[in-house]
Amino acid sequence: MSFISKPKVGHPALQRNELGLWQRDYEGTISTLCAGCGHDSISAALIQTFFELSIEPYRVAKTSGIGCSSKTPAYFLSQSHAFNSVHGRMPSVTMGANAANSSMIFVGISGDGDSLSIGMGQFCHAIRRNLNMAYIIENNGVYGLTKGQFSASADIGSTAKKGEVNNQKPIDAALTAINQGAGYVARGFSGDKEQLVPLLKGALRHKGMALVDIISPCVTFNDHEGSTKSYAHTREHYHQLEQTDFVPPAEEITVSSEGRELTPVRLHDGSHILLRNVEKDYDPRDQAGAFAYLKNCQLRGEIPTGLLFIDENSIDFHERNNTIETPLIDLDHEDICPGADVLAEMLGRYR
Amino acid sequence: MGPVDTKNPDYYHKVVDCQWACPAHTDVPGYIRLIAQGRFDDAYMLNRESNVFPGILGRVCDRPCEPACRRVRIEEKPVAICRLKRVAADLRNDISDRLPKAPKQKNGKKIALIGAGCASLTVANDLLPMGYEVVIFEKFDTTGGLMRTNIPVFRLPPKVLDEEIDMIVDMGADLRLGHEITSMKDLLEENFDAVFVGSGAPRGRNLDVPGRYDSDRIYIGIDWLESVAFEHTDSIGENVVIVGGGNTAMDCCRTSLRLGGKRVMVTARKPRHLLKASDWELEDAEEEQIELLLNHAPLRMIIEDGKLTGMEFAIVEWHEDENGRLQSTELDRVILPCDDVILAVGQENAFSFMERDIGIEFDQWDVPVVDPVTFQSTREGVFFGGDAAFGPKNIIWAVAHGHEVAISIHKYCHGEDMTERLPDKVTMESTKMGMHEWSYSNDYDEGSRRLVPHVSLKERFKKLNIEVELGFTAEQAIAEVERCLNCDIQTEFEAKRCIECDACIDICPVDCLTMTEDGPEEELRTRLNAPSTNMEQALYVSEALPQTGRAMVKDEDLCVHCGLCAERCPTAAWDMQKSLISIPLAVDQPVCQKKRRNA
Repeated sequence: MSFISKPKVGHPALQRNELGLWQRDYEGTISTLCAGCGHDSISAALIQTFFELSIEPYRVAKTSGIGCSSKTPAYFLSQSHAFNSVHGRMPSVTMGANAANSSMIFVGISGDGDSLSIGMGQFCHAIRRNLNMAYIIENNGVYGLTKGQFSASADIGSTAKKGEVNNQKPIDAALTAINQGAGYVARGFSGDKEQLVPLLKGALRHKGMALVDIISPCVTFNDHEGSTKSYAHTREHYHQLEQTDFVPPAEEITVSSEGRELTPVRLHDGSHILLRNVEKDYDPRDQAGAFAYLKNCQLRGEIPTGLLFIDENSIDFHERNNTIETPLIDLDHEDICPGADVLAEMLGRYR
Repeated sequence: MGPVDTKNPDYYHKVVDCQWACPAHTDVPGYIRLIAQGRFDDAYMLNRESNVFPGILGRVCDRPCEPACRRVRIEEKPVAICRLKRVAADLRNDISDRLPKAPKQKNGKKIALIGAGCASLTVANDLLPMGYEVVIFEKFDTTGGLMRTNIPVFRLPPKVLDEEIDMIVDMGADLRLGHEITSMKDLLEENFDAVFVGSGAPRGRNLDVPGRYDSDRIYIGIDWLESVAFEHTDSIGENVVIVGGGNTAMDCCRTSLRLGGKRVMVTARKPRHLLKASDWELEDAEEEQIELLLNHAPLRMIIEDGKLTGMEFAIVEWHEDENGRLQSTELDRVILPCDDVILAVGQENAFSFMERDIGIEFDQWDVPVVDPVTFQSTREGVFFGGDAAFGPKNIIWAVAHGHEVAISIHKYCHGEDMTERLPDKVTMESTKMGMHEWSYSNDYDEGSRRLVPHVSLKERFKKLNIEVELGFTAEQAIAEVERCLNCDIQTEFEAKRCIECDACIDICPVDCLTMTEDGPEEELRTRLNAPSTNMEQALYVSEALPQTGRAMVKDEDLCVHCGLCAERCPTAAWDMQKSLISIPLAVDQPVCQKKRRNA
């Protein structure tokens, strides 16, 4: 970690966003992660995303569990709300917060350990409930905070820093999420913000569970030869299924596809994700097709990235349960706590 | 644009904006860091090496370094470099044993220097330690030239002048005061191996308006300042009009206030932003309640009964004509009543002592033809420098000329090609001390520029020789040095170590880094993370990066040298390295002596 904080100066010619804020206003404290950690790039991508979408930081709730990844909410949007919860329990805490106040923007930060091992059950059920949140998995294939043991996302045959080979099958967060019926599933790479930022924008604007699985190399324990989650390996094996652009609601979609098939995917707030197909026959709206395609990639050791799956008709938790739109905190006391008589009447229904 | 060669001595030199802008290329970050460490002697000696007169320049330098300071581009106000220089001079101990000494054994070469001003003294300073015999001819009975006669004592005390000039003269110069050269021809017939003309630009320009010669209370600025300096003049009328908007006008008006002037008006033809006076000299004059009358074009002197009673001006408005030239239109006329008028409208060379048939050519403006590299005139062995060479500039330029002239004289006297000079050199040294520790203060200091304390307005006018500026204390100096952005601690990049993790890009506070495909410079500048608007600042482009083949591009413009890119780099592809630029002086030039200076 650095002893000095990031100087409070900036390039005078940089633009401010619609709120009159500049990108530096979306930063957090200086990172205490290892220098070169992929997680820091993801924090930077989130800073850029929130800045460019002109989201007021106070409308954002950041939640996390335990692990290197779960430390990162401290490193972006210091003027927003945050909850650093118990290991693997980020989805429950987010669920509670979301149930109480659906007007906020929820971004959960988790890792492969936090979500695919101890929190696997929570992860699946958050998807099942279709919680309206962006669920970010900072995926590095190791337990970095406990010095580099294989995590549940480590590939068969990949080696630990000292040479030990992993023989257990990996859990693929994206495949699991598609299988569970998440409405928005994407995969990115911390070393490619050009692709990552539009995917994050889409995830924030999607109504319902939006999972973004981000390959985020651990420079200290998993960036060696033999690792399948290193910077070099990822660069060699990842390929974009499509080029992704995010188009805000007010903007018109201008089609200049350069000969490629161009697919605009509409999000709930009227914005669009604009996909330029790189992989010709890939359709992210076809759940079974996407699943099969990705499964094959996994078997071949390829790392496909981009918007993997989207369900344009996803119905989130609140819609499905017909909950009140007003945040509970804004309701009058009489409405939220109607008194003993109403309680007795309600209980009476179950007698 | 391909990989940039940072081994080229000019590359990192340009990044050190202050050093690059200084005509003598003083290692500014180097010496102000020494000041912050309390090493005033070392700071003084480092200064003296390049600019020879730290105490003098620390008060009256034209400071081209300050407008160039990177801090101006970050937050407007530069580091108070000039005033820090003075701290080194004020607080140093006796450094006499560290000064260069002339050897007992002379090299048999004898050099004549005309004028005992800053240019000649610099030449003497460089040549004396090498065994040259140096004869300085000075028409006045004092040394220092215009530094003494034109800069008022309340800005530059004679003690400071004497001390630094003596350091040079005491090396054994043959100083002949009161010895005016009246014939160059005669001098050339004497047995000198080379002659240097450092006679300055001692003639003030005249302003030929009606009535100019009808009163004896109309003076030429630099002549008037000179007569004040020699105590021939010790009073002036209550109402004084100064004509001119340059630094001499500022000295004249402030001197007038101390000699009895009550209402002192400075009139200039141009609007404020076009005045030649330095901002800080204008500010100092305004602090003393000088009336600055802009857009006043002089018309005539008002003489009543043989007595000067005022001066008439046209009040003008400026606009650009179709050729972009400024033209004025008269709006009104005004008479400023006054007892004295001082004309400070510029100065020029005076070479009346120089015959025109001795092989020294003059151009159409009667300025000697001088080679810009060797400073030699069209006559072999005759050199010009300082204001005498290319017209009036300032002290620091004269010093820079002096160093170059010394190299030329040294080479000339040994029969070597004067155009073959040692190139500048850059040496790099890592400042890494530990995981995230550097041997320099890398944290950005948000403090604003410290003001130098001044003697109160009540006190300062009591006597002419009360120095107005008090100078920083050691504590104030330390605080001001922290504002320095350490532009000499370079971000040195090694492409083959980079794993393209983006850590440096993400942390850079001023977004000066981009990883992108290489391209032609102009086009590349459009693809950077932050707008690249300052074309005078270089772009660094690395070799191709190992994983993607992109290049690391750095816009040098706004880098605050905080070192965070290097701290966040997992592979030490970035390192913070001190660049030391060495500018060769005469003593470094390998001629017959073969003796090199310890750098």
